[in-house]
Amino acid sequence: MNLSRRSLLKLSVAAVATSVALPSFAQAIDELVIAYNVTLPSWDPTTGPSAVNPTIQGLYQSVFDQFILQQPDLKPAPGLLTEWGWNDDKTQVHMTVRDGVTWHDGSPFTAEDVAWSLERAADPATGNPINFVWSSLANFKVDGNKVTADVKQFDPTIFKWMYFLTGYVLPKAYYTKVGAEGFEKAPIGTGPYMVDKFEQNAFVRLKANPTYWGGKPDFDTVTIKFVTDAAARVAEIEGGSSHVTLEMPYEEYDRLKGSMNGYATPVSNIGMIFLNDIEVMLDPNVRKAAVAAIDKQAIVDRLLSGYGVPIDTLETPDYDAYDASIKTPYDPDAAVKLLAASGYSVDKPVKFTIQTTKGYMPKDYEMIQAIVGLWRKVGIEATIEVYEIAKHYELRAADKLAPAAFYNWGNSVGDPTTSTGFAMFGPSPHSVWDSKDLIDMIGPLWGEKDEAKRIAGWKAVDAYIAENAYVIPLLQYVQPILAAKGVVVTPHHSGALLPHLMKRA
Amino acid sequence: MALLQTLLLRLVTTAVTLFGVAVIVFFVIRVVPGNPIAMMLPPGATQADIDQLTALYGLDKSIPQQFLIWGLGVLHGDFGTSITLRQPVLALVLGRLPATLELSVMALVMAVLVGGAAALTGTRLRATKVEGGIDIANGMALSVPDFLWGLVLILVFGVLVPVFQISGRVTPSLQLPFVTNFYLVESIVRLRFDLTKDLLSHMFLPAVALAIPLAAIIGQLLKQSLKETMHLDYVTLARTQGYSEARVIWREALPNAILPTLTLVGVQFTFLIGGTVIIERLFSYEGLGNMAIDAVINRDLPLIQGIVILFAVIFTGVNLVVDLTYAALNPRLRHG
Repeated sequence: MNLSRRSLLKLSVAAVATSVALPSFAQAIDELVIAYNVTLPSWDPTTGPSAVNPTIQGLYQSVFDQFILQQPDLKPAPGLLTEWGWNDDKTQVHMTVRDGVTWHDGSPFTAEDVAWSLERAADPATGNPINFVWSSLANFKVDGNKVTADVKQFDPTIFKWMYFLTGYVLPKAYYTKVGAEGFEKAPIGTGPYMVDKFEQNAFVRLKANPTYWGGKPDFDTVTIKFVTDAAARVAEIEGGSSHVTLEMPYEEYDRLKGSMNGYATPVSNIGMIFLNDIEVMLDPNVRKAAVAAIDKQAIVDRLLSGYGVPIDTLETPDYDAYDASIKTPYDPDAAVKLLAASGYSVDKPVKFTIQTTKGYMPKDYEMIQAIVGLWRKVGIEATIEVYEIAKHYELRAADKLAPAAFYNWGNSVGDPTTSTGFAMFGPSPHSVWDSKDLIDMIGPLWGEKDEAKRIAGWKAVDAYIAENAYVIPLLQYVQPILAAKGVVVTPHHSGALLPHLMKRA
Repeated sequence: MALLQTLLLRLVTTAVTLFGVAVIVFFVIRVVPGNPIAMMLPPGATQADIDQLTALYGLDKSIPQQFLIWGLGVLHGDFGTSITLRQPVLALVLGRLPATLELSVMALVMAVLVGGAAALTGTRLRATKVEGGIDIANGMALSVPDFLWGLVLILVFGVLVPVFQISGRVTPSLQLPFVTNFYLVESIVRLRFDLTKDLLSHMFLPAVALAIPLAAIIGQLLKQSLKETMHLDYVTLARTQGYSEARVIWREALPNAILPTLTLVGVQFTFLIGGTVIIERLFSYEGLGNMAIDAVINRDLPLIQGIVILFAVIFTGVNLVVDLTYAALNPRLRHG
């Protein structure tokens, strides 16, 4: 047999190609592989920076249960707590704990675990960044599967926090025995999956919890790879190395959704522009003109390929205090008139700085560029300053943001206190607009015990903010998810990608 | 004696350099915008909550005080605790270092082999189309940064011809019997070639991405050195003695021509390790570089300090080794 050099070369390439480990993707999916967009720094869902990172919550919720289950539509449902509430005068809370649940090590889950987890969450020494919320409860008492506690300070959202950041139940006996370091090495929860193997910055391999109280998940084994680069995630799913991925550029989503299962779901995350009560922003005409000059629908259509929901308040349609009647329409003519009333025009524009991140959120910088272009047409000359998200946090906490600053705000429990409340209440370190009128209006709502009155109060606040243009809500984000044809995903409106909500097609 | 003097002098300058790096990194990361406490503030946190968190992480003290505490700790082997990972920094960085070293060394070996082969071939076939082709390939390799090569490799070998793994260091389902984090080395030592194959299939693309620009540099410099050496009298003498051209290049010209390349390889190796920061991120490779990016994003000050110090130790260490090797190989330096 004669072999030419060319043939030999071809054979060599073929041999190499078949000898290296090919991604094992048969038609039937035995092991679900997910290319996730963030890494998991720590397994304790109640301490440190990762505890307040909304994107990581999906990983935590695969292993740990929250006190109360949150359904994909953001509504609460019985979870480890099957019943909860206040007494009549709202001086006590009561909770009923689910029977028959076990921890991943086989030990029984009890009401003691719930009481201990709540007490621990309130202890500042543990490093829980939200301990101030949990510290509104005290004097826990356990009686069988019932837990009661005194209300030190009434917080109408306390049960909502039980399915929000740091609202996780941890194993008292196990954690006490192994300590924080031991728990990091071998975390256990009551959740749908158990940690089989974890390599920081690389992957976590999960095994289905066969005794999960919510039913055993469809996939026995799930590997979640941490692929932080969007292009690499697209390559992962396109090349067949992963079955599911999320948060890719919308253009890529559109390109691939025809050959895969594509899901584009509005999530509880909004884009907004903070206005600071300094310099020209103290002029209501400037603020109102800045709002009226932005064509949000055009921005969504042209920059985000239509994936976004324009909003007029900081509440999205699935939040409790959403009011569809509050509108801030696109009206460039009105913007021109408002600016003229303050002596500004295209030839003599009002000038200020707008800060934005670049690449932190989809098309953030491009959106601000477009907005600055729209503003220019009516007589607003804004200078763009790009900064890192870390700088935004620092400047916001110190109340030193520019007159305008782009940001995204997540609120997966959908309560108005955790959207409008913390974003617009002057004393909050997250607030940027600090005027007294708004503080006076919001103040009484924090402790309002009548739920209907509370929600109505927040709607009134949202209307007042819109009327005075104290902030510029832009859009509700849409989360793109791509899955192989063999996988059906149930998107969660919180933005958490949950493997136990995935099924075989 | 001269070699010993060189060694001692270099050790002293290395220590001074490391101290300087420690001071600079400590102060710089504390004055750049963004602090870790602001990053983890939840909605509704009060000033008291901010103060409490600041104190918890020891950031309530003055920067010189913080430096003193940290510096004393470092002298005792305690680099502090990572804010985000909540583990001792030293254990974290030493745990990740083997992955980065294996990747870097593999890339270096690739670069030396490919660059060296290109230089030798170009010299042997000088003034032909082959040499022109090598020069064009070198130019292309140099004009594209390593992370772009990474993206191209992911597209080609991850999507179009999915032959190699494009993320991670090892297949998650494999059980690893290793006791060190030098997975590749240990898989070979333990004769677990199934694991070696898996590790190589994960390392191959990131290593190639890192190696391409370095291979081009090595190829260009070595070819140039060889060309100059080929005109020297002793090489002409070898030719007149009837040695083949290949032997003249390999045995006579190369030993002399390689010295400048060796120095360059040492310097470039440190850059190559720096390049792992982006490449590891791109390929989700669990090395030190990937960890460094997370540390910076999260403003994990103790971890950033630990990683930078370790990188500085590697850089100065490599330079030291290169200098000593050069001194050992260069007769003029060896004999004072």
